[in-house]
Amino acid sequence: MVQQRTNPLRKYIRNRKLPHFFCPGCGCGQILNYFLKAVDDLQLDFKKIITIGGVGCTARIPIYLNTDSLHGVHGRTLAWATGIKLYRPDLKVVIFAGDGDLVSIGGNHFLHASRRNLDVTVILVNNFNFAMTGGQVAPTTPFNSVTMTTPYGSKENTIDVCKLAVSAGATYVSRWSTAKPIQTVKSIKKALQHKGFSLVEILSQCPTNFGRYALRTGDPEKVLEWIKNRSISKTKAEKLNEHELKDKFILGEFIDKKRPVFQGTTLFKEEDN
Amino acid sequence: MRRKQVLQGNIIVAKAALAARCNFFAGYPITPSSEIAQFMSRELPRMGYDFIQMEDEIASLGACIGASLSGRKVLTATSGPGFSLMQEHLGMAVMAEIPLVIVNVMRGGPSTGLPTKPSQSDIMQARWGTHGDHPIIALYPAFADEIYSETIRAFNLSEKFWNPVIILLDEVLAKAHEDIELPRKNDIHIYKEKIHRIKDLNIYDREIGENPPRVDFFKGYPIHIDGLEHDKHGWPTSDPETVNKMQTLRMQKIYHYLDEIVKFKEYYMEDAEIMIFSFGVSARSSLAAVKMAREQGIKVGLFQALTIWPFPKIPLKERFKQIKKVLTVELNMGQTKYEIERISLDDVEKKALLRANGIPFTPNEVLDKIREF
Ligand SMILES: Cc1ncc(C[n+]2csc(CCOP(=O)(O)OP(=O)(O)O)c2C)c(N)n1
Ligand SMILES: [Mg+2]
Repeated sequence: MVQQRTNPLRKYIRNRKLPHFFCPGCGCGQILNYFLKAVDDLQLDFKKIITIGGVGCTARIPIYLNTDSLHGVHGRTLAWATGIKLYRPDLKVVIFAGDGDLVSIGGNHFLHASRRNLDVTVILVNNFNFAMTGGQVAPTTPFNSVTMTTPYGSKENTIDVCKLAVSAGATYVSRWSTAKPIQTVKSIKKALQHKGFSLVEILSQCPTNFGRYALRTGDPEKVLEWIKNRSISKTKAEKLNEHELKDKFILGEFIDKKRPVFQGTTLFKEEDN
Repeated sequence: MRRKQVLQGNIIVAKAALAARCNFFAGYPITPSSEIAQFMSRELPRMGYDFIQMEDEIASLGACIGASLSGRKVLTATSGPGFSLMQEHLGMAVMAEIPLVIVNVMRGGPSTGLPTKPSQSDIMQARWGTHGDHPIIALYPAFADEIYSETIRAFNLSEKFWNPVIILLDEVLAKAHEDIELPRKNDIHIYKEKIHRIKDLNIYDREIGENPPRVDFFKGYPIHIDGLEHDKHGWPTSDPETVNKMQTLRMQKIYHYLDEIVKFKEYYMEDAEIMIFSFGVSARSSLAAVKMAREQGIKVGLFQALTIWPFPKIPLKERFKQIKKVLTVELNMGQTKYEIERISLDDVEKKALLRANGIPFTPNEVLDKIREF
């Protein structure tokens, strides 16, 4: 007789919120899974985690998690997190953000939270487009891609979010993809244990929008294949020149260092008196 | 300590906020409000609390939302351009029922406008600046002691009704240094509510007309807070019946308590035939004008709104039964003028003294207008 077994990670999910709203083949489900795996491996207290989302497909992940959660307007997650973290440094704050949410509308907050080394973990789901609104160009959309707002191809340069984070002052930064579950889970674990601003960028397939418009395929496997073919490890990338690295996604860890975390714009010490 | 002091209006706001146990400030400097941020940056850290200068006003109100949800009493202060940037988060705070206090020291607009000149032209923005139907409370002090008491009231109302409260302050009042006698600590009423234990995570569940229970957020229950329309659990929904119920709950938590929220002052109104409707610095010019007019035997009185939103419709309607003429005095091109027109009786003669060039009215100008009737 076949024994019915529930996924051991199911205990972290708000049962009443299922079924989820992600499209078949979307990477968000995988990423939710990787995050829960990381939490479970670390045996983190789920009651001490706040998950936050702005607006977007990615931003909906917190709705399914059985943590204290906040899901508000588009792009402002880091601003709320700043207010929360100052009063509740004991809590782990985890932000699920789409590429549009984090570096288009929320770009300014991203720079400053990195600069301040705000003690939060950002899980960036980079699906190369604005998925929720139906597949428009994002700051991460590859040059020349056709999207719903770039019918003749995108003529804008893309942003390297990891480079941006490092130069702005983030203290743990890595990039992986949904095709690299082991590395991604490991990296999320590191980010969750890191004290300071940690960013894990996960390249993810959006078959419904980016796939169909930019790659002319709605097949999740093919979109994933496209990501894999363009991905290259950091160690390999170090040996290549700029020309050879064109259109490549570099995977790996870009920084892991310690720096005092943000505690307020000005701090009073007795001797200041 | 009870003694006369000379304090700047902005500092009175900041001192009152601390007296109301405000323990978090996030803001972005802007004339003519910056002294509030500066004062808070000095005082809050020495009390062991947090001050943040955020990267812009969007982030400032965002940080206030996060801190408020975590259990802090929060304040931010800004002026027109910054208030415009805050509208998105103001709506989120209304939707998710998050208490916070915003001071808008108004300056001439639109856009960067007249940074150092007074203006009363953000009144409609305070009411309808954020999109969607929503309840809002906006208070409008005119005298130094009112700046203090209304700031405390703003915190009390926001805590009681779980709604953002806006303080509209005139540039002249914010920048002027005036005599003030601060009340004793024991004489200050601070609203304190008991924290309700959450049952079944129904954080928004209540009867229509009831103010929401205080939510114990971030205690691992686990609660969900959303900017989307939500059900009693806070979970997103677009079910028409639930949406209808939640909208009604949010509106009625304010409109069932108008007696408590709507505050105003009347001067020389007992036998008045002419009524001036005004607020803030214009109410001060108007009061001086009323006194001059009375010396000339003109039966004129002043209705000074301290709560500008919800609009003092009920007390004004009462007065419209008595008076024959109404004069609205405001430093804008006609904003509350239309509210007055909407609620006054047809046989009440209406005039308005309006100006938006950065110069407040003198009492003589108001007097001249009274005599035009
Ligand atoms: C102020 C504002 N502007 C625009 C929108 C519409 N909007 C919703 S999600 C989104 C972009 C989503 O893209 P991304 O953050 O990459 O998330 P994804 O859906 O791709 O996961 C936009 C533009 C909004 N909700 N609020
Ligand atoms: Mg996206």
